[in-house]
Amino acid sequence: MLTFLLRRLAQTVPLLVVVSLLVFVLIHAAPGGPLALYLDNPNVRPQDIERLRRQMGLDRPLAEQYLSWAGAFVRGEWGYSYADGRPVTVRLLERVPATLQLVGISSLLGVVVSLAVGVTASVRRGVDRAATVGTVAFISLPVFWFGLVLQLVFASTLGWLPSSGRASFSGDGIADRVAHLVLPVVVLAAAHAAGWSRYLRSSMRGALAEQFIVGARARGVTERRLVARHALRYALLPFVTVVLLDASIMASGAVVTESVFAWPGVGSLFTESLARRDYTVLMAFLMCGSAAVALLGVVSDVVVYALDPRTRRSV
Amino acid sequence: MSGHGTRWPRAARVAAALVVLLVLAAVLADVAAPYGYDALDLAQRRAAPSAHHLFGTDELGRDLFTRILYGARISLAIGMVSAVLSAAIGVTVGAMAGYAGGWLDAVLMRCTDAMLSIPTLPLLMISAAVLDPGVVLLIALVGAVGWMETARVVRADVQSIAARDFVTAARAAGAHSPRILLRHVLPGVVPTATVALTLAMGRGILLESALSFFGVGVQPPTASWGNMLYQAQTTMSSEPWLGIFPGAFIFVTVLCCNVLGNSVSGGGSPTMRNRPPASPMTTKR
Repeated sequence: MLTFLLRRLAQTVPLLVVVSLLVFVLIHAAPGGPLALYLDNPNVRPQDIERLRRQMGLDRPLAEQYLSWAGAFVRGEWGYSYADGRPVTVRLLERVPATLQLVGISSLLGVVVSLAVGVTASVRRGVDRAATVGTVAFISLPVFWFGLVLQLVFASTLGWLPSSGRASFSGDGIADRVAHLVLPVVVLAAAHAAGWSRYLRSSMRGALAEQFIVGARARGVTERRLVARHALRYALLPFVTVVLLDASIMASGAVVTESVFAWPGVGSLFTESLARRDYTVLMAFLMCGSAAVALLGVVSDVVVYALDPRTRRSV
Repeated sequence: MSGHGTRWPRAARVAAALVVLLVLAAVLADVAAPYGYDALDLAQRRAAPSAHHLFGTDELGRDLFTRILYGARISLAIGMVSAVLSAAIGVTVGAMAGYAGGWLDAVLMRCTDAMLSIPTLPLLMISAAVLDPGVVLLIALVGAVGWMETARVVRADVQSIAARDFVTAARAAGAHSPRILLRHVLPGVVPTATVALTLAMGRGILLESALSFFGVGVQPPTASWGNMLYQAQTTMSSEPWLGIFPGAFIFVTVLCCNVLGNSVSGGGSPTMRNRPPASPMTTKR
């Protein structure tokens, strides 16, 4: 188990190196480079820019810059935000709890909904029809538009729920917090529940066609138990993998959802930084996002390894 | 589907008809639109939908329906061309990796994995912010982030086809590698590529609209569905039609693409990555 884990972790290193190269090249491809922000500022004189350039090492060869940047990044020195001069790590970390809360709750909701929809759709033809229509529709829904429409209906028109933010200035009860969570959670969970339901439905159908199900049915196992225990256990493995690997899409979804609902998480930090061309924050965001995706890939492999004895022979 | 001749399911026919209609309306916008592209109706600014202005007007009194038709040109063009681009990259990378194997396969697949692990939308948003693209560059960017799933599936297809007897026979008959790849292996990839193309078009439209929604995509005065939404978001409660209609067009178009993609793939799952391990088509109740 441990060697498997270590080997999988080691495999993510070259991946992250490729990612970091991409990110680095991207930022340096900007007209004006990382200092583009100051070029437009009339208060910054050309000699200041020259000084900054030398100070930040931007006059050195690109390869050298990359190595020193990557080295510093590994040591946890992620530089300072151009926007307010505070360390990037601090700015990111203070936004993490809000994002974890939003993403965590909506993932949980998404998993619960997709378990219910996916399993029933795999055994009930009527539900399957409705679920197919519903899931294709939700997958096609532009997240930001869905968010705006929900805001319009439930916040502006009906006034049932707050339209944005994480809490009101005045009210600070738990009910207030929950009310602020509802719309962003629904938006973020909807698209995922749709994709996951479809996937679970297909793999359940596959599982129900397996020989061991026929065998169990012949042994007199009840249909309910057949579906809930035998087939679901088999279908759950690929489902777990997909849910965990969807983290990358979660990151994109969180950026959109957080911005629409002004949710003070990492996603809205990203859009704020984008507007200000705050490259140090943007680079750190992309690196962390990719690292998180790679790590979740490892987690999903480990989970499958732990749950499915068959995989142990092939590794 | 394939078992019943070429007749498409009804949903797919409706979706195809809608897409054709939209494309026609976009191409013929000069004749089809009720008003001129820049025609201002200053007496009717911020007018709600009515018989005169089907979808209402914006803050300058421009007819929203007209703007949506012209916006369709940009949005559909970006969706279609970027889909062709990403399908082409995906098939090329996948075919090369799957057919060549060895170190080329390893390198290409590591790059694919790396690209897959970078969150797509943030990457695109940064690229767009950095490069400040016009429509052409935007197409290239959207196309450049959508090829990875296709590459993976095509690679698997190519590997399984290349192991088949008719390929061995062709090789025994003296056909050289490029010929085998082009004439014998790649035709087997066409179904996969078609599905990829349709789904990529829907995703391309979504990505363009998301980029424009954040103000880093198509820049005004050029209209796209995404930047119409971007301009509408602050006035959503007072002039909701400005946001509802462009978004509805994005939604319906992407829905049509996904319905088409699903029926081409035989009712499979929405994304190729989500392909189930056991094909639902072979299951018997």
